Amino acid sequence: MDMPSPDTRILSRKSRIVERLAAALPKAAVIHDDAEVRAYECDALTAYRCPPLAVVLPSSTQEVAIALQICHAEGVPVVPRGSGTSLAGGALPTADSVILGVSRMNRVLETDYDNRFIRVQTGRTNLSVTGAVEQDDFFYAPDPSSQLACAIAGNIAMNSGGAHCLKYGVTTNNLLGVTMVTMAGEILEIGGAHMDAGGYDLLGVICGSEGQLGVVTEATLRILPKPEGARPVLMGFDANEVAGACVSDIIKAGVLPVAIEFMDRPCIEATEAFAKAGYPMCEALLIVEVEGSPAEIDEQLALIKQIAQTHNPVALREAQSEDEAKRIWLGRKSAFGAMGQINDYMCLDGTIPVSSLPYVLRRIGEMSKEYGLGVANVFHAGDGNMHPLILFDANKPGDLELCEAFGADILKLCVEVGGCLTGEHGVGIEKRDLMSVQFAPEDLEAQMRVKDVFDPDWLLNPAKVFPLATSQSRRQRDFAA
Amino acid sequence: MLSPATEAELSEIVAGATGPLRVMGGGTRAIGQAVLGEAVSVAGLRGVALYEPGALTIVARAGTPLAEIEAVLAAEGQRLPFEPMDHRVLLGTTGAPTIGGVVAANVSGPRRIQAGAARDSLIGLRFVDGRGTVIKNGGRVMKNVTGYDLVKLMAGSWGTLGILSEVAFKVLPAPAAAACLVITGLSDARAVAAMAAALGSPFEVNGAAHLPDAGQTLLRIEGFATSVAYRAEQLAKLLAPYGVVKVITDAAQVAALWRDLRDVKAFAGRVGDVWRVSIKPSDAPAMAARIGGEVMFDLGGGLIWALVPVGTDLRAQLGDFKGHATLIRADAATRARIATFQPEAPALAAIAAALRAQFDPRGILNPGLMTS
Repeated sequence: MDMPSPDTRILSRKSRIVERLAAALPKAAVIHDDAEVRAYECDALTAYRCPPLAVVLPSSTQEVAIALQICHAEGVPVVPRGSGTSLAGGALPTADSVILGVSRMNRVLETDYDNRFIRVQTGRTNLSVTGAVEQDDFFYAPDPSSQLACAIAGNIAMNSGGAHCLKYGVTTNNLLGVTMVTMAGEILEIGGAHMDAGGYDLLGVICGSEGQLGVVTEATLRILPKPEGARPVLMGFDANEVAGACVSDIIKAGVLPVAIEFMDRPCIEATEAFAKAGYPMCEALLIVEVEGSPAEIDEQLALIKQIAQTHNPVALREAQSEDEAKRIWLGRKSAFGAMGQINDYMCLDGTIPVSSLPYVLRRIGEMSKEYGLGVANVFHAGDGNMHPLILFDANKPGDLELCEAFGADILKLCVEVGGCLTGEHGVGIEKRDLMSVQFAPEDLEAQMRVKDVFDPDWLLNPAKVFPLATSQSRRQRDFAA
Repeated sequence: MLSPATEAELSEIVAGATGPLRVMGGGTRAIGQAVLGEAVSVAGLRGVALYEPGALTIVARAGTPLAEIEAVLAAEGQRLPFEPMDHRVLLGTTGAPTIGGVVAANVSGPRRIQAGAARDSLIGLRFVDGRGTVIKNGGRVMKNVTGYDLVKLMAGSWGTLGILSEVAFKVLPAPAAAACLVITGLSDARAVAAMAAALGSPFEVNGAAHLPDAGQTLLRIEGFATSVAYRAEQLAKLLAPYGVVKVITDAAQVAALWRDLRDVKAFAGRVGDVWRVSIKPSDAPAMAARIGGEVMFDLGGGLIWALVPVGTDLRAQLGDFKGHATLIRADAATRARIATFQPEAPALAAIAAALRAQFDPRGILNPGLMTS
């Protein structure tokens, strides 16, 4: 994955840029020491690292605006950062960029149960949003697996999902308003506690724009009353095709489970060895969870089990207690950790039409043999969002490149069957150069025109999302400081 | 009227246009100032391109009648989640609403409070921009963050950024049963409080309306039969402090009641202008008092439908408030005089204008419709 070479004119002006930032902001908000900026050299895509020119950690929207005004005037690229948990390299710096981190802005600004929203500063972590309202039986629905660490800022930038979006939608469906600072340092208020914003749906296009249109500093989020209860059922099948057909039949029957998770044999074996959740050894395993009162859950699960029976499951186990429910989820939740125990891995995030599941899994298996790299599949089956984990050895020369090539082939396959490159992680640098597989040049041009409106100089997170060659002419305009 | 039969023909028409174009679907949702320009109808782009009930997704050409989509879904026990309003009732228009028109106007109904608006279920689209270029965004899968979400940008852009040629939706199972709880005689403030209590409960209320003139506050639940019965009972208990709760369980009756609410039938055929005011639900009682005319509350109070004397500039009368007011029905003279949409803050208006210039540099698509 190439990154553009740093602009030497910016590098040579480092001291001046840092001085201007330090003069305008509190002392503790600006980090420029070579050793200290190293903490910001990568996000969760750790294969790629580059220390930034400097790091700014503002404490208010006003300070964000000041920092951006200075960077704008100096023509310095800015890489916004939430908690740095992006698996796609969304917060990867370049040597000539300033990291603008919102991690110190983590306060709850307003909680309103009558109108069912919470307003927070975006450095707040996803889980702590729910944490702020759960004592009153409310929750914030999007639940990416990194929710303990990931920030709302990053959730908005990537339009994050989670295991429960089949029922509750993703970030964009739960976002009511934002305060956003443009690259020029202008503060915009978009949407709010009322349900529909007037005019064009700017909120909709900002969510998922990977920090390229502005820096979101505050967000109004929809909160929901907690369901009375939830209970999972676990089912094992002797073929991926059968599990796929079962998912489709459950959905067609009119049940809307809150989550349908799928694991294949390599994943079951690895997690079982690691977490000992008591999973049956089989080709494919589904965890289906429904919500409601105990009687409502009984009714839905009875229907689901009845459908599963028609597919001759090799195992069918309903949680009879809280403890059993936890054990059913244990393996799934430790799947990534389990894979990490045995190997380095790369986690993909393509989405496919659910009907293509058997074909795609078979092709991935064939490609796995061709590349000589193992793959374990764990994913959100209800919405077709796959997370193939490709196993490789980071210490073996050439293995990362081989793994990336394999990953690219899997993502191309997702697009070929009518799906997409990324369901919830974002494009970042990771899938940037594959965008032309999914989009025609005019499709990408239309998207880049939106960035032209918000950030005409292409200073915000510039080397992400679009293939470098495609965005080159826009990024390489001359900025005389 | 230009009536392309294919997306390619639509593209040629726009590319070759020498003057303004008036974009049409079924022509049932004509609001705002009359657009001067040659009419282009997408009604010829018709048909369901793909429907996979097991994947909860449907893709259709923009000119497909909404009724056709709904029938195709109903045959598999599914539906569009957002309950699109039929504007023919309120506006007195005729014709067949199209799915493209639903998207262009981001139409929704009472279920919006739980299931979101059209834009929330929309997962992909194709459109022809003001240059005549065909552009696609999103796709046919419900989880997709690949590139910018122009799907949302196009929803509710009223044909001013491009002409839709194809749209894709996430759909949901249609429920087996429904019930409506009715409380009578509540003041606006008590009604909004009751609706907030219901919407803040775990019983999945997906409709919350208050009709001051009829003296009724209505709450809807849908789902499996036993589940609906259970929730209705629980909700009735929860709402007991607000008054006697009557429960309607006849499915046809519940459906008809909410269809009329969705279509604002109470204001159909009556003298007066109709406004749609979007606000924070708890602001509704005070806002209703400021409006003064006859009102209906939907979305727990988050939406007020107001019937006001002909020619009233409600926005001027309301002054500064958080939210927005849209003029939905008025005579031509009033529509020419009063802006249809709430004027935006200058910074946002500048972004909107810049977006229009990017997608329609010649300014030929429904010119003035969103800016009058």
